[in-house]
Amino acid sequence: MAGIPARLEWRRASVLRHIDETPRVKSLVLDVPGWAGHRAGQHLDVRITAEDGYQTERSYSISSAPAEPQVTLTIERLGDGEVSPYLTDVLHPGDELEVRGPIGGWFTWRPEEGGPLLLVAGGSGIAPLMAMIRQRAAVRSPAPVCLLYSSRTYNEIIFREELDRSVAADEDLMVTYTLTHSQPPGWQGYIRRIDRAMLEAVAWAPEEHPMIFVCGPTPLVESVATLCVGLGYSPERIKTERFGPTGGDI
Amino acid sequence: MSTPFVSRGFRGRRQRSDAAQRLPPGQYLVNGFPVLSAGPTPHTALEHWDFTIIGEIDEPRRWTWDDFQQLPRETVTKDIHCVTKWSKLDTMWTGVSLDTLLQGVTSSAHYILAFCDGDYTTNLPLADVTGGKAWIAYEYGGAPLAPEHGGPARLLVPHLYFWKSAKWVRGIQLLAEDEPGFWESLGYNNYGDPWKEERYAGD
Repeated sequence: MAGIPARLEWRRASVLRHIDETPRVKSLVLDVPGWAGHRAGQHLDVRITAEDGYQTERSYSISSAPAEPQVTLTIERLGDGEVSPYLTDVLHPGDELEVRGPIGGWFTWRPEEGGPLLLVAGGSGIAPLMAMIRQRAAVRSPAPVCLLYSSRTYNEIIFREELDRSVAADEDLMVTYTLTHSQPPGWQGYIRRIDRAMLEAVAWAPEEHPMIFVCGPTPLVESVATLCVGLGYSPERIKTERFGPTGGDI
Repeated sequence: MSTPFVSRGFRGRRQRSDAAQRLPPGQYLVNGFPVLSAGPTPHTALEHWDFTIIGEIDEPRRWTWDDFQQLPRETVTKDIHCVTKWSKLDTMWTGVSLDTLLQGVTSSAHYILAFCDGDYTTNLPLADVTGGKAWIAYEYGGAPLAPEHGGPARLLVPHLYFWKSAKWVRGIQLLAEDEPGFWESLGYNNYGDPWKEERYAGD
């Protein structure tokens, strides 16, 4: 613990492009000069300043892999939000914003930690887990991954095309969707909230000692983490991160 | 001299001035009560719950849940500030002051490490949990503290970022030397004063 860590300085990042992920979710691809890299699962602090000097800050998960040259934030636009509509609708390529990070040393995965990985996402909680999936592919990690991903509707599955492409090319990546609100005609997948039977059907057995990462709205995270403990997974291998509306505006 | 940064097209949503004065830099107001924790919520039965004071103390102290309920209780209304940027005003808690728990203790300690179910820890200077600054809270808003918010009991140290207010607390260790806790070992600030925006190591 010796030594004083360097302060994380605010940096001016520039927006390279937006990616429309779903009707409510956009990814913001940033060029961050001097970026020293991150670990999959970490987030970035964003500071926004009005002309009169009023400032506010938020944190957003990084969905890009550390191996990628740019930093991608995946942001859900909240109707009554102060910051998310600005980032998704007002900012355009060439604009700048202030960022500092990466932040968070717990909810992270490095390829050398191996697997198997059980990733459980609800809604935009997929963002930090996607960084893990992308990093695993980028460095050709052999760690097998099982992703269980709950969305309200088919059109709200963030990264669906990329996930489906990746699954087709990689037999050690398994992705299971569940759609809790409505389903397209002919949908063969799950149509309910994640429950014990679903975890038993799709997840690694507890004896395989997966590292478990759960990210989503609080009720999903509480429920899934508790179910995992009940199913016999080691609590110290279960890492959680809460996402989405915090009861106020974000 | 670099020009001050302005975010093109951002107006922002300012709080009324009375609320704005109570918001530390970089924070925003919430009405709900967000939940943050690093792992599964522990569920310790009250008959197995105890609270202990160990470390640099002649006689370790221990209270069962029933003992704890017999201690003088205080109800306080405080603003709380989470390092993830949300603040919540006028939150009402009931619990036992650390002053009560430490009454009569003579110790060479200058620091504490709070320890919890789920193996969470956080470190604080002893001076920051004495003198009416910290409680072991078991009620929130007049009702038993919910497990996801740290029940049956959590540390409450509202003048520091809320990760210092350890959920599921089971005791404190009195220490002569400071020892970083869970988040303090993972890049977060060792002290965590929201008014100085001490979020991360080096701030």
